[in-house]
Amino acid sequence: MNKQQPVLAMGTTKKKKFSWGQAVLHLIFIIMVLMYLVPFLLVISISFSDESAIIREGYSLIPPEFSLEAYKLAFRNPDQMLQSYKITILFTLVATALSILIMGVMAYPLSRSNYKLRKPFTFFVLFTMLFSGGMVPSYILNVQYLHLNDTFWIYILPGLVSAYNLIIIRTNYKSLPDELIEAAKVDGAKELYICFKIVMPLCKPVLASVGFLFLVAKWNDWMTSLLYIHDAKLYSLQYLLQKILKESEYLKQLADTGQLMGGEVFPSESYRYAMALIAAGPVLVIFPFFQKYFSKGMTLGGVKG
Amino acid sequence: MEMVKLEKHKVRRNRAVFRENFWLTMMVLPGALLLLVFNYIPMAGVVMAFKKYNPVEGIWASEWCGLENFEFFFTSQDAVRVIRNTLGYSVTFLILDLIAGVTLAIMFYNLRSRKALKLYNTVVILPRFMSMVIIAFIVYTLLNPSYGIFNTVIEQFGGTGVQWYMEPGYWPFILTGVHIWQTVGMNSIIYYASLMGLDESLIEAAQLDGANKWQQTMHVVIPHLVPVMVITTILGIGHLFSGDFGLFYQVTKDVGLLYPTTDIINTYTFRALQNGALEKSTAVGLFQSLTGLILVVVTNGIVRKISPENSMF
Repeated sequence: MNKQQPVLAMGTTKKKKFSWGQAVLHLIFIIMVLMYLVPFLLVISISFSDESAIIREGYSLIPPEFSLEAYKLAFRNPDQMLQSYKITILFTLVATALSILIMGVMAYPLSRSNYKLRKPFTFFVLFTMLFSGGMVPSYILNVQYLHLNDTFWIYILPGLVSAYNLIIIRTNYKSLPDELIEAAKVDGAKELYICFKIVMPLCKPVLASVGFLFLVAKWNDWMTSLLYIHDAKLYSLQYLLQKILKESEYLKQLADTGQLMGGEVFPSESYRYAMALIAAGPVLVIFPFFQKYFSKGMTLGGVKG
Repeated sequence: MEMVKLEKHKVRRNRAVFRENFWLTMMVLPGALLLLVFNYIPMAGVVMAFKKYNPVEGIWASEWCGLENFEFFFTSQDAVRVIRNTLGYSVTFLILDLIAGVTLAIMFYNLRSRKALKLYNTVVILPRFMSMVIIAFIVYTLLNPSYGIFNTVIEQFGGTGVQWYMEPGYWPFILTGVHIWQTVGMNSIIYYASLMGLDESLIEAAQLDGANKWQQTMHVVIPHLVPVMVITTILGIGHLFSGDFGLFYQVTKDVGLLYPTTDIINTYTFRALQNGALEKSTAVGLFQSLTGLILVVVTNGIVRKISPENSMF
């Protein structure tokens, strides 16, 4: 973020001057911000709304009648949700740590111009970006040969190394001056030591942004459960959410057509919104801490050389 | 005497070079092994596309059946619809992503206030961190036929609400809107990151020459972005025959009524997989991968002919 402003460079006095261009720009951005925030605010508002008020007035940006019923219901039977939370946190952290470790180390030789096998290995990585066997062969490999279905490891092992991210990391390593590595070598440092103690710390921003994107992708994973998991103990959080959203819609249809007995009003609308918030929450909370890294180091270089 | 010394030195140096390369290779191996297992072995699995798959005997022992599996897809009525949808969305997304991403990056670049920049930036990349399940749910909040915001607004203006999830005609616009809304922020980051490397003196020179903002953008800023634009486009062209499964599966709620405009190759093969038509699904997947590979190589070749420094490889 150390970009010098072109206008500032012409003289600092201009900074305070009102400019129509800037005003219009801000106006456009404010409209955009509303387009992003309003849907999220809606979800929050509906989750705190009283069920009968929703049915009467539809969704609205401010809860017509404030109610915590939906959250009470969500936490009435928390076992499955806590289990999915636990599994999701566990596989997200383990997979992200492993991925950054393996890719951070792997990118180092590929960034070294004097490494003899650099070209063949770079091609080996790159080709996975250009061609893939598709969904079914992977599915059969994972299920029938590696027996990863209904295990924790299905969340970890496939997709640990991604060519695209590897190229981004390697491009970043390459931008470090050669003298740095030469000097460490003269001092007798081993390759692994140079990678861990010099190169990786210097490239922390790019490792952090790639790692965070990976973490988010893992946290948001619903497809792995859809394809491979039948054991409810291993459901990922997003898959559980999808299931709950579907099931409560189904329950509601039953209730609407009078097939569900019991008399109790099931707060299905607000309940679903509360669940969505519970599932999305953590990412929203940690996101600002990583945001500063994003514009740094995300430069996508060519893959040549 | 001298010769022996020199020989010894050479041997020692060779040994050092060997040791260095040995350790570097060791560092590549764990990742390479993972790629071998989870990327390369499935590539070999595409032979299934030419076989009648028998789960008991496994892929290798199953009987060959020529191009039967491909015929199944390409002679079906679905093929035209599914390929048309996939290509239609891909091309639209490719063009709009490029325009929207670059425009937003330039808007960020022109913003003078650092604080505002950070705020706007944070907000627009937010949806990129939500799962498709949640994005689909947010869309549902707008489109829900009884309580949704769209219908509430329509009814307030005296119109009649639309049964969105039953009308395939609206969906190309809905899905395009959702896609741009979700991805434009993150797309712009790549271009913005590149703009940080733009030499300020070029802009100042243009200003001194009397160029206005528009001219500066067209002649200095955009040319600076061309290399990144080219690479994203080459990569995007490789995915013309495949779409974002999550978007088309979750946001449409997998409603059969909407298939005429929302079914793409990925959702189609997923259903084939669910129905147990493994080899047919593989055949379609192979078609996607092969066309992708060919398109990338051809595009890259064309780019290399026109401007070699912009080609990807």
